Amino acid sequence: MRHEIRFSGYGGQGIILSAVILGRAAALYDDKYAVQTQVYGPEARGGASMGQVVIDDTPILYPEVTEPDIYVIMSQQGFEKYGIRAGEDAVMLIDADLVRSRPTCRYYEIPATSEAKGTLGREIVANIVMMGALVTATGVVSREAIERAVLDSVPKGTEELNLKALKRGFELGERA
Amino acid sequence: MSRTEFMQGNAACAEGALAAGCRFFGGYPITPSTEIAETMARRLPKAGGVFISMEDELASIAAVIGAAWTGARAMTATSGPGFSLMMENIGYAAMTETPCVVVNIQRGGPSTGQPTRAAQGDMLQCRFGSHGDYSTIALTPNSVQEMFDLTAKAFDLADRYRVPTFLMSDEIVGHMRERVTIPDAVEVERPRPLAEGSLPFEAGDDGVPGFAPFGSGRAVHVTGLTHDERGYPDTTDPEAHDKLVRRLVAKVESARREIADYEVVNPDAETVFVTYGPPSRTVEQVMRDRPDDSIGHLRLRIVWPFPEFALKVFPNAKTFLMPELNMGQVVREVQRHVDQPVVSIPKIGGELHTPAELVRVLEVYR
Repeated sequence: MRHEIRFSGYGGQGIILSAVILGRAAALYDDKYAVQTQVYGPEARGGASMGQVVIDDTPILYPEVTEPDIYVIMSQQGFEKYGIRAGEDAVMLIDADLVRSRPTCRYYEIPATSEAKGTLGREIVANIVMMGALVTATGVVSREAIERAVLDSVPKGTEELNLKALKRGFELGERA
Repeated sequence: MSRTEFMQGNAACAEGALAAGCRFFGGYPITPSTEIAETMARRLPKAGGVFISMEDELASIAAVIGAAWTGARAMTATSGPGFSLMMENIGYAAMTETPCVVVNIQRGGPSTGQPTRAAQGDMLQCRFGSHGDYSTIALTPNSVQEMFDLTAKAFDLADRYRVPTFLMSDEIVGHMRERVTIPDAVEVERPRPLAEGSLPFEAGDDGVPGFAPFGSGRAVHVTGLTHDERGYPDTTDPEAHDKLVRRLVAKVESARREIADYEVVNPDAETVFVTYGPPSRTVEQVMRDRPDDSIGHLRLRIVWPFPEFALKVFPNAKTFLMPELNMGQVVREVQRHVDQPVVSIPKIGGELHTPAELVRVLEVYR
């Protein structure tokens, strides 16, 4: 089945990296097909950033996302620019502390940034918390695959912190 | 042995070049091609090669031509504005029969246009952009895997025919990430060496002279002026010019069948899509979603020299449809080779044709 996942937030949160990690998990560790694309504009740090992934069990022909069925939204501006038109059947994960609006589709409030700042002590891993929640809430890739893809992608010396963030995300997603 | 990666198209292009033995890159960064230069800058020195960040694109292609004449596999990568700046020396490479690879990650033009959006607007420029008559080879990948495969292949074609060879990709394929399989090594075919007793620009039946790079022990004079088989200028004799330039065109055009690389789906079809690059993936999606033997697809992996004989693979064709990310460029080539109606489906602005758009086109033209 074809899934189209869109991540949006502000530049600097690791939005594009999240899309790359998810695509990597699917394509290298879950034996699926994946195409990752992004809005590649002159956005500066702080502006709305967006990355997307198509995941399918069969080879992906048309590579672009047309109507995402899964959204991960981590800023109000990101919601307004890339989330507000989500279809009724979509599901959206929202960083509850950073997004004021709520969509008309099904949504889960994930306190990723406050968890990252509080429990984990590093705001920078908020996107990884979100990624963990995404995996348990939607099952779009396996836990094992996302763990391996995260470990491939994070700087040396931060593996433990990122795995902790991912596991915290798993819990938050399960409860959602 | 090979390795599997989840990689960006531009990175796969650089990996393809390295695997093919490219050991010189002269370039000037430009969106959306920059990741190629970045990857080559990181990787080439460790592979025993040379990366030079040049002062501009005029110098970039000049350095590539110089490196090629030392016998190295050499390449540059750019996008629209840089490609325009390279045009004069691309003609020099054609005239001096310098094997080299120029990658163009196409973006919206004219001028600085849309740096971050995709286009296929330079397809005629890569064929006719430099002044005078010549012929070249242009490859058009539609996936990250083909960014690797066709970049490697471009070096072989450049060497085989001694022409500047173009990898004509775009922002979509250059920046998307997909799974790619990278072999440890790819087989390469270097230029035929200049035979003992042959003059440096004396060609055999295939029109391609043997290659004696500087340092190989042969004295070779290289000039962009019209020259004789020794390489010496002969700029006023009509016959000398006629003989040389006809050969430069014929060595590529007469090898069209040998160079051709295309895919055919449903050769009995009545309505036939002709594509190259990413619009081919939209057509493939439409054909998978709506299986229908009356719809066919000719997908070109090499656009120049144009394989007009591939159009004859569809004897029942009533209409040809050609989606391109420009206002209708290669469609002209299709139109002049077939009697049936050929419909251009242009799209500009940076986005790929959607499946729904092509379904609407089918509803009108079937």
